[in-house]
This record gives sequence, C-alpha cells and structure tokens, in this order.
Amino acid sequence: MRHGKLTPSALRRYGFIVSFLLLPLALYIVFFVSPNLQAIQLAFTNSRGISPTFAYVGFDNFTRLFDDDVFWAAVRHHGVILLAMPLLSLLIALFFSFLLNLGGGQRNGRMAGVWGSGFYKVVFFFPQVLAVAIVGVLFQAILRPDKDGILNSALALIGVDPVGWLIDPDLALWTIIGVAVWQAVGFYVVLFSAGMASVPKEIFEAAALDGANRFTLFFRITIPLIWNTVQVGWVYLGIAAFDCFALVQVLSVDRGGPDNATTVLPLEIWRQAFSYYRFGYSSAMGVALVFLVLTFAALTLRVTRRERIEF
Amino acid sequence: MTNTPREITRRQMLRRVGLTALVAGPAAGFLSSCATSGGSEAAPTAAASTAAATSASNPFGVKADAPLEVVIFKGGYSDEYATQSHEPLYKKAFPGATIKHQGIQTIGQTLTPRFASGDVPDVVNNSGTDALDGGALIGAGQLLDLTPLFEAPSVDDPAKKVKDIIVPGTIESGLGGDPAKPYTLNYVYTAYGLWYDSALFAKEGWTPPKTFDEFKTFAEAAKAKDVVPFAYAGKNASYYAYWMILISAAKIGGNEILLNIDNLADNAWNNDAIKQSAAAWAEIGKFMDKSYEGLIHTEVQTQQNQGKIAMYPSGSWLEAEQAKDTPAEFKYAVAPTPSVSAADKMPYEAVRAAAAEGFVVPAKGKNAQGGLEYLRQMLSKQGAKDFTERTKSLTVVIGATEGLTLSPGLQSVADMQTAAGQNVVTFSTFEGWYKELETELRKQTNALMFGRISAEEFATKMQEAADKTKNDSSITKQTRNV
Repeated sequence: MRHGKLTPSALRRYGFIVSFLLLPLALYIVFFVSPNLQAIQLAFTNSRGISPTFAYVGFDNFTRLFDDDVFWAAVRHHGVILLAMPLLSLLIALFFSFLLNLGGGQRNGRMAGVWGSGFYKVVFFFPQVLAVAIVGVLFQAILRPDKDGILNSALALIGVDPVGWLIDPDLALWTIIGVAVWQAVGFYVVLFSAGMASVPKEIFEAAALDGANRFTLFFRITIPLIWNTVQVGWVYLGIAAFDCFALVQVLSVDRGGPDNATTVLPLEIWRQAFSYYRFGYSSAMGVALVFLVLTFAALTLRVTRRERIEF
Repeated sequence: MTNTPREITRRQMLRRVGLTALVAGPAAGFLSSCATSGGSEAAPTAAASTAAATSASNPFGVKADAPLEVVIFKGGYSDEYATQSHEPLYKKAFPGATIKHQGIQTIGQTLTPRFASGDVPDVVNNSGTDALDGGALIGAGQLLDLTPLFEAPSVDDPAKKVKDIIVPGTIESGLGGDPAKPYTLNYVYTAYGLWYDSALFAKEGWTPPKTFDEFKTFAEAAKAKDVVPFAYAGKNASYYAYWMILISAAKIGGNEILLNIDNLADNAWNNDAIKQSAAAWAEIGKFMDKSYEGLIHTEVQTQQNQGKIAMYPSGSWLEAEQAKDTPAEFKYAVAPTPSVSAADKMPYEAVRAAAAEGFVVPAKGKNAQGGLEYLRQMLSKQGAKDFTERTKSLTVVIGATEGLTLSPGLQSVADMQTAAGQNVVTFSTFEGWYKELETELRKQTNALMFGRISAEEFATKMQEAADKTKNDSSITKQTRNV
C-alpha cells in the first residue's frame, strides 16, 4: 500500500486473498503451530503424557539434558551425519548429474550426457520413490550380518568374511549414513539436472570452444552457475541429517545400538515419550533439536551466501 | 497331563507378583484430547448408561445389545483365539451384541491417544514391547478394578466363584495401585527356559546340560557337528538373554537377588550371584557367531528350526509362534537353565514360571460391564480350552486341558513344572516398573554376550544405571516383598 490507506479496491483484493488463505492457515495453526507451541510448553513440565495433571518444573528438563550420555551420543552422531551425509550425497549427485547432462561432450553441436543417460536418470530416481520404511526393510536383507546377507554373500564370492555392517559399533553409523546417501542421491541428481538445464547452453559451448576440458567445465563453469541449487540441497540434506529416525529405528541393533552407536535425537525423543512416558523431558529434547536445526540452517545460509549470477 | 497348574501353591504364586506396576499416581482426571489443556471434568460413569438387571448368568448386568470393542495384541498368540472362540462365546451369551475387534501389535502407540481423549475400548490385551504403562494408567484412574470379576459366579459352575477356578496367585499377579487392587487379569501360564529339538538331541545322543561345565562340553560337541550350541537375537530380543542371566543369578543366590534388583536395593547388581551368572553366560556367548547381534528373533528361531542352533532361550509361547515354520520332525522341548555351581541355592530343576499376558478393562469404556463379562467368558473352560488348543499355551484356568492332547513342547513345559515343584524363580518386575533400567540392561546384555564387556563391567554398569534410576526423583519408586 503505497499511500498507507485501505481503499475499497485494496480491501476487496485483501479480502480475496485472505479468503483463500483462511482454511490452509487454520489447518496449519491447529495441526502444526499449536502442537509445536504445546511441545515447548510441555518441555517445562513433568508431564507423563497420559494424564492432564502435571507441574511446571522450570528448566529442570534442560539441565537434565547436560548429564544425559545418550543425548550427547545422539548429538555427536548428528554432527557426524551432518558432515558426511550432505557432502557425500551432493558430491555424488553433482558428479552423476554432470555426467548425465554434460559429460558426453558435444553431440550435433549441443552439449549432451553420457550414453544412456535417459535411462540412468530414471534409475537414479527409483530410491526416492520408495518410502523410507521400505528402504529400511530392503537394506535389512542387504545388510544382514551373517553369510545370508545380500552384500555379505556377494563379498563371500571374492573370499571376504561376513561383515557386521550394523553390529560393529565402529561401522554401524557409517552403514546407516551410506543407506541415507543411497536414498538421497537420486533426488539431487534430478535437482541438479534441472539446475544445469537452466544454464544457457551457449556458456558451455563457448567454454568448450575456448578449449575447456570436462574438469574445467565442471569446476569452473557448472558449479558456480548452479551454486544456488547446491546451497538449497545442502540445507535440505542438513535438515534431513537431523532426522534419520526411520532408518535407525528399522536397521540398528536394539534401536540405536549397539552400545548407543547409532542413536539419533528423534529416536531418543520417541523413546523418552513412548517407552518411558516422560513427555516433558522428551519435549525438552525436541526443543533442543529445533534449536540445533535452526542454528544449522541460519549458519548455512549465511556462510554460503553469494552473489546470484543472472543469466 | 499329569501336572496342572493347580499344584502350584498360593504362597508360591504370591512370589511371582506380576508385571503390573504399583504406582501411587495422581488422582483420576478426565483426559482431554489436547495434550496440555489440563481440564478437570468429572469422569463419566460407565455404569449409569448401560446397566441392566443382574443375574447368575449375567452377573455384571450387561446390556444385551450393547456393542463391545476388543483390542487384542496380535503377537506370538495371534488373535484368532479371540475372533474364533472368545468373541463367539460372548456373542452366544449376548446374541444382540455387535463386537468390534482390533488385532494390533502397537498397543501403546495406538491406544495412548485414545485414553487421552476418553474414547477407549472395552477390553484391552495389554501386551508386547509396545504395551501401555499399566502403572501410569492406574494412577490416572483409567483402569477398572477387577474384583467384581473374581467375585462373580463362574460360567461353568455358578456355585463356584471365578476366583476359585483359576490358579491361586493369578489375582495377586495383577495387583496394582495404592491401595493395591487387581487391575490386570494375567491369562496365560508361562514358563521360561532353554528350548531345543528333542528329535535332534535324540539323534545326536545329546542331553540338555545340567551344569555350566556340562554346557561347555555340550557346546564343544555341538560345534563339532556344525551346530551353534546357543544363540539369541541381539537386534530385538536381547531380553531373552537377560532373562537367562537373571534366572541363573536367582538359582545361585535365591529369589532375594531378584527382589533386591526390583527394589533398587544398594549394590543389588554388584552381588556375586549376578557376576557369576553373567560370567557363566558370557562363556556360552563365546560360542555364538557375532552376526546374531544383528538378527531378529524370528530369523534366529527359524535357524533353530533348520537345525542350525541347538538351544534357544525363550518362554512357552515359542512352539506356537514357530508352528508355521517348524518342520514335522522337529519336536520342541524345554529344559531349565543349568546350575552354575554345586553351592547354588536353588536346584537345577528350578524354573521361572509366571502368569502373564495381561487383560485390562478401561474404566471409562462405553460397555465396561461387557468388558468384565468378556473376561468371565475367557475364564470359562471352553474359552480356556480353545485358547490352549489354538495357542499351545496353558491358561490360568484350572483343569481346562482335560481331553486335550498336548503338543510336545507343552507336554515338556508340564513335565518341567512337575520336576520344579516348589522351586520357582520369581519374575522380575523392574522390567515393567523401570523401563529405562530395562533398556540399559538390554544394551549391556548384548555387550556382555558378544564379548565387548566383562561380567565385572556388566555388573558395574547395571549398578550405575540402577543408582541413576534410584536417584531420579521423577521416577515413581515401587517395592515388592514377595
């Protein structure tokens, strides 16, 4: 409103917009905003979740977090996942999407992907179509620790003893990160392919004419031009790194084991709430998780901020 | 069947006080659907709306056409015993009633929100890893006192009360709250031990080991035949292994060892009996392949059916659970845990047995009388017999196996009980009381059995966890004397 006044036409326009937003906004407030606010409220209580009688205990739940080994183990794991999972997923996805879109060099005067890239695009996307629970069950069979596991029976062919993918405390978290990467890569291949498609072909062709090889094309041209997309992918994957609930729940030994080696915050939140009936403490963990995610997102957006290149 | 549960003395059953928590909780309040709204409306009285005249055949005054909702834990026993027998029995008594049946595995997850909103079923089979926290429900006034059920005339003989036709101690096993009242009907009579294939053992000339020395000799012999002597599923059933450790500890030092653990007594876990038992079992664990830590119970049980595993720790539901996968020549049998030394306080024959598989009636159900009546029908001879026939498990109903041919596994359970006589290892109630301690025990059991920690460290870590529970003011403490 340039004049700061509500003219009848402006009122009509806003009324129109508000009437469209009312229902979704109401749903959002009832099913998202209000439960979240209630969780923050619960974090300051000793609620057991099955009775409306509870008392406010101030910051007790939060001070308790500091002495909770399992909580810190989970936070450490998020640190590892946060470093490894987005990095691996993005690198692999960038590499694949470059091969699929530009890796084939010039063909008929245009940049093209490697041979069969149309087929690969579909195949890479498959894991994204599967629900994460299905991925978990699938990998249960693949990662089974005895010689009947799919991966281990393949390894047996080349004379390698069965590997305890999920039962070796030093290996288990990395195995779960591997599964998460496997599932994430396909989506980012598609995302980066779209990013690359939006870059004018002339730029690549000009670079190619100037004698740029594929490495130069990739590092000096492609990545800078789709940096915005990479950044978005980084934030998405970073937030996903704070989840991992379903994979850990389905795959790990005794939900988060062996010896807490794979536990993550959402799993502990779930356990505190639904196994120990400690909804207050569980909510406090949830609040801590929210702050971790927000900090990460804010930091990432700040650190990776960069001039947008206009085509 | 030579031995019915009738032979168990009342005093003995009293020592097996069941899983139900004894929580002195906050006063009952109406649970609003909003987690934090904290409303305090008066509890609706279930009795008022549905009451009908009482009689010997309808002692609770069930309204004949009132619908009944039953939620059954669909686990090792499946839920066919309910749909094919107990629910038809109820319908026979009340032809006008419609029964809504739900067979699920996630009892707690599914029903917690329903309790919170007040829309509860009439009968709940509260069982499985995801069971509802009984103590917390009692504290919130959500469960019905089952005293009227036990005082009611039984279905088969109205001259006898229900409490007189069930195994003594069953009622006590379901006590909870303060003052203690029976809130849970524990329906199944369960025995725990080491399960094996008697046909395989006969073929190989093996006998179940009676001491841990024999167990090791046997383990070598089994290993020579490419059979894993003992295994359990670390991924989701490490509690099967800690049961064995606790049973052995009780055999070494008597049931006080387990009572002290339940009561969070100082240094209960640092007791020598625990250390000896853990050390003995860790020795047996060395014969296990590391991969068992990553397998689930069904995978390991199937391996046993395939003759790859000799002995498997479990309870008497195992035979029924594996019925579909068991080859015809496989004959389940059960043996008590071996003695650790000659100085053990309990003999080799001592066995852990308990009334288990709890059924509760929510206090605020629409047809709570129907819920009581459903339990009464379950406790009829027909209901109990059908249950045993379908699930291959004994019930707490006395003499309900007359005319049944017992399966090999069940016969073996019966024989084991006869041999045990008065020597009964008590059931650990801390498993239900202190979930966090139990979770720690699962963790440390895997670490012990798969060789990452010693028996000494096992005891130390469990003592730390027990002390943490004891010093945590947010956890309601409970005690037992028997």
